[in-house]
Amino acid sequence: MAQKQRVASSGGGFRPPLHRVVWERRLWRFLIVAILSIGAVVMALPFVWLLVSSFKPLEKIFIFPPEWIPDPFRPENYVEALVYKPFGLYLWNTLRIVVLNLAAILLSASFCGYGFARIRFPGRDFWFALVLATLMIPYFVLMVPQFIMFTRFGWIDTFHPLTIPFFFGGGAFNIFLFRQFFRSLPEELADAGRIDGCTEYGIYWRIMLPLSKPALATVAIFTFLAAWNDYIGPLLYLRSDYNFTVAIGLATFRSVMSTQWNLLMAASSAMILPVILLFFFAQRYFVDGLVLSGLKG
Amino acid sequence: MMGTHWFERFLPRTLAGRRTLTGYIFISPFILGFLLWFLVPAGVALWLTVHDWNLIAPPKYVGAKHLVSMWEDDRFWTSLSVTTTYTLVSVPVGLVLGFGLALLLNTKIRGISLFRTIYYLPSIVPAVANAVLWAWIFNTEYGLANVALRALGLPKIAWLQQPEWALPALILVALWGFGSGMVIYLAGLQGIPDVFYEAAEIDGAGRLARLRHITIPLVSPVIFFNLIIGIIGSFQVFTIARLVTNGGPQNATLVYVLYMYQNAFQNLKMGYAAALAWVLFLVVVGLTLFVFKYVGSRVHYEDAH
Repeated sequence: MAQKQRVASSGGGFRPPLHRVVWERRLWRFLIVAILSIGAVVMALPFVWLLVSSFKPLEKIFIFPPEWIPDPFRPENYVEALVYKPFGLYLWNTLRIVVLNLAAILLSASFCGYGFARIRFPGRDFWFALVLATLMIPYFVLMVPQFIMFTRFGWIDTFHPLTIPFFFGGGAFNIFLFRQFFRSLPEELADAGRIDGCTEYGIYWRIMLPLSKPALATVAIFTFLAAWNDYIGPLLYLRSDYNFTVAIGLATFRSVMSTQWNLLMAASSAMILPVILLFFFAQRYFVDGLVLSGLKG
Repeated sequence: MMGTHWFERFLPRTLAGRRTLTGYIFISPFILGFLLWFLVPAGVALWLTVHDWNLIAPPKYVGAKHLVSMWEDDRFWTSLSVTTTYTLVSVPVGLVLGFGLALLLNTKIRGISLFRTIYYLPSIVPAVANAVLWAWIFNTEYGLANVALRALGLPKIAWLQQPEWALPALILVALWGFGSGMVIYLAGLQGIPDVFYEAAEIDGAGRLARLRHITIPLVSPVIFFNLIIGIIGSFQVFTIARLVTNGGPQNATLVYVLYMYQNAFQNLKMGYAAALAWVLFLVVVGLTLFVFKYVGSRVHYEDAH
């Protein structure tokens, strides 16, 4: 106690006494935690509502005020929802698209990104400006003409429109991300490779790519999310039920089940769960991707 | 060692020439993709804009007809104003929420990472699942939104049936996902060196002064980035509007892209839809340039002085 008093008074007359500073800090902290807690409850409520509804029997859905603990607890909702429509098949279709997209984007975007990052040649800046420009063009602007092209190619009701375009550059954002990453690697590594007789392709494939695991992981995660969440692509191009993805399957399930909210919530939770699990296992890469996109422009 | 392949006659001889060739080989997938999936479709869109085509009958040249009918099309103006309202509310409010929460979350308190997770998670919920969830939340009799209102002693609202409440409902859904912007702000805040704040504190700057003169200028590039991304994104809102309200009631949530989609794929008016797409493009480019000009000039870049 005496110790504290002395420290406080040694600060000089112009400073507020230490105990006031400490109290002010505590008050701020309390306020911050209070605001954050209230906000967190608001943010989490829809999730709680989703889960609670998904375990209720239908007759308990339409009750006011709602019960917050499902009684009887009904996990069968999940089974019923997921077999009503062939969600297993939808999952398989989605995974096939995901795998093709991963192969396309990881190879193509890293290849282009390497060229933009580490080779100096006339016209490079022009093409890179074009990469950034395509980043700004809304997808929907080209939706109609692309649809007409893909119709002409005979690609309707196949996975081609959802996979083949990605083999050509793999998307501006991913090229950009790989470029930023490759630029951060030391040039000495490439020089060492050159001395050993590596071609530029060898340096890319054998030296730089193996060092790019964080960038590869980030791009892989965002590729998975994009394919898993995509609604407009499958909506335009997939016609037969046996070609549906999870997203489009859930959307049609919704139109069939109009008011069976318990089954609808079960199917929705099942679609959200993999995304949340992925987040918890790969949190770092989620943030890295966002940050790389936002800060190092 | 000189190679002996026949095609080497055609390869560039100088080192610089060879490097240029290698460079273009590396970026060739992008160049091809740009031609195939951007330039060709853009040309097709231009061609479509002056034609009538329903994908079945042969296309017919109609000149500027689509532009004229757009001018007289009430639903076009409705969709433009709905999207503008949506953008004008959801982008600034999302920006303030994201930035404000990032400020609060940038403190060293135990359990702070749990808070960060809770605020971030809604932004990664897949759009279709999100739409189904919120359709249930906004159910008039038994939905969570009205349960909350009634718990506060307020009257219930027919969120998705009343034209004046349907768009606010969609904006609420968008705001639930403000976490993706927040994470970017948070990273920006964590990049500010502590010495700046320490120096300011010694000079007697209070919390507000530090926020105004240190934090905001230093994070302004991030704010600017989020603003541009937010505008481009919100002009493309589609999934939620289609699945929750499908444009209704009385076109109150007929967002622009949904109207374009209806023209192209329900009414098979490919030409008109392409004209709408060009207008969307011009509006987004115009807005982006506007923001660059009037907001971009206020952005503080560290290496600029």
